[in-house]
Amino acid sequence: MEVESNLKKVLMNGHFAVTAECGPPKGADPDVIQKKGNILKGYVDSVNVTDNQTGVVRLCSLAACAILKREGLDPVLQMVTRDRNRIALQSDVLGASALGIRNILCLSGDHQSFGNQREAKGVFDIDSIQLIQTVRSMRDEGKVIGGDVLIQPPDLFIGTTENPFADPFQYRVLRLEKKIMAGAEFIQTQCIYNIARFKEWMKQVQDRGIDKKVYILGGITPMKSASMAQYMNTKVAGMDIPDHMIMRMKSVAAKNQREEGIKIAIETIEVLKEIKGIQGIHIMAIEWEEIVPRLVEEAGLYPRPAV
Amino acid sequence: MITAERKPITEIEAMLNPFRRILVVGCGTCVAECAAGGEKEVALLSSALRMDARLKGRKIEVGEVTIDRQCVYEFINELTGFVDHYDAILSLGCGAGVQAVAGLFPKMPVLPGLNTKFIGETKETGLWIENCRACGDCKLGYFAGVCPLTRCAKGLLNGPCGGSKNGVCETNPDTPCAWQMIIDRLEGRGQIDLLQTIFPPVDWSKYEGKGPRKIEREDQRSGS
Ligand code: SF4
Ligand code: SF4
Repeated sequence: MEVESNLKKVLMNGHFAVTAECGPPKGADPDVIQKKGNILKGYVDSVNVTDNQTGVVRLCSLAACAILKREGLDPVLQMVTRDRNRIALQSDVLGASALGIRNILCLSGDHQSFGNQREAKGVFDIDSIQLIQTVRSMRDEGKVIGGDVLIQPPDLFIGTTENPFADPFQYRVLRLEKKIMAGAEFIQTQCIYNIARFKEWMKQVQDRGIDKKVYILGGITPMKSASMAQYMNTKVAGMDIPDHMIMRMKSVAAKNQREEGIKIAIETIEVLKEIKGIQGIHIMAIEWEEIVPRLVEEAGLYPRPAV
Repeated sequence: MITAERKPITEIEAMLNPFRRILVVGCGTCVAECAAGGEKEVALLSSALRMDARLKGRKIEVGEVTIDRQCVYEFINELTGFVDHYDAILSLGCGAGVQAVAGLFPKMPVLPGLNTKFIGETKETGLWIENCRACGDCKLGYFAGVCPLTRCAKGLLNGPCGGSKNGVCETNPDTPCAWQMIIDRLEGRGQIDLLQTIFPPVDWSKYEGKGPRKIEREDQRSGS
């Protein structure tokens, strides 16, 4: 039976897509992933599995994707270039396709100095844009780096991320364009809190006609508390939470801050729905996957389309 | 230049513990420039070793000598004969210097007094920064004279990662983001479009090759 990417079908049919993130456990228990998958099932079109995020050793993304696939979900394999050289990356791309995984997200990855293996050697043999190009050429031309021909090319819908809040701001859109040139078909953005800056970025995206060439999913992370907001803003690389947002979280009693975080997330989703060129959202509820169904329902995005 | 830092004195003393007559050998080139292994540092370290030994009631003899280059045999040769008096050599050369000295005196224990760090530039007095990894295929012409392989913590060749903020690298607020520098420079020249070409994967065979690399120049050989 031909396996197809659900995410690709949803997007190609013009639906507003919903994806969510699932972090694998720091352990070998498959039930954790199964449980997370079952919470998300039916509420999202695809599930991203992070690849040793922030350089912390976790159950591998490929295995977790295979487990989610078995549970009937459409996984997005996140793949960072930090830990594997081009031989291992290309081999995993083939393995993923063989397991019926149909989406890949190509990333450089957080630097190893952030995680629990700070003495590790960062590989970075190729960068994320080169990885996009590599997967694209494996799929469309049936060739690995160097030109050797594959007997059976992998079948993967190719995505990557972009951070509209990083610097140099004036270059972010050019870099996005480069990712599309390399072959990216969908983009998931960094968590959006600074809506003004996001709109400014989207305007540049539209001006250059980039939104016509790629599907863009806006990143959403519901904040659990004011202190989490503060922590993320100062300690997590690439995060931009404006002061007024942090103040808003602080202005409510601690016991109500979760609700406030959810409210902000839903408001942001509503804003994103109205922005031309945004074709979906990507929810990164870090170790809070159980909130995703509620977010999706309250944002009016349930039920998910059957495609 | 090749930069280096002196090892902690306790580590040096532990290495030297089995020996009584020690020759400290400095190098007058790179490691002198970065104030780690030149004549001055040889003198300082030698007196520290003597002083500590005295305090601990140990009898040692420390000789001092600095040669112009520890990585070139014709200079190391100056030590021939002279070294016979000693039980061990403590080299304040870079890793290449230590190995060259050890190669010329294979019977003599040659110990490293420095930790060799990187190929770098003297940014300010007392500040050295790494800016070349000797990849064997210099790409600086494409990147406005800033090496992304070395100065970007992830060695990215196709633009900044998502962690670049306010001009500094996500990994270290004390380090400028290489990509911010590249983009600023190219923008200043009106050449930002140069970055829109996808830079292909690096040919690391020029870096790793089939193990250690060498340069062989027939023209140089025949000339000697
Ligand atoms: S491109 Fe290679 S040779 Fe040139 S500065 Fe960078 S590491 Fe050194
Ligand atoms: S912040 Fe800049 S220098 Fe640091 S890893 Fe990212 S692109 Fe490289």
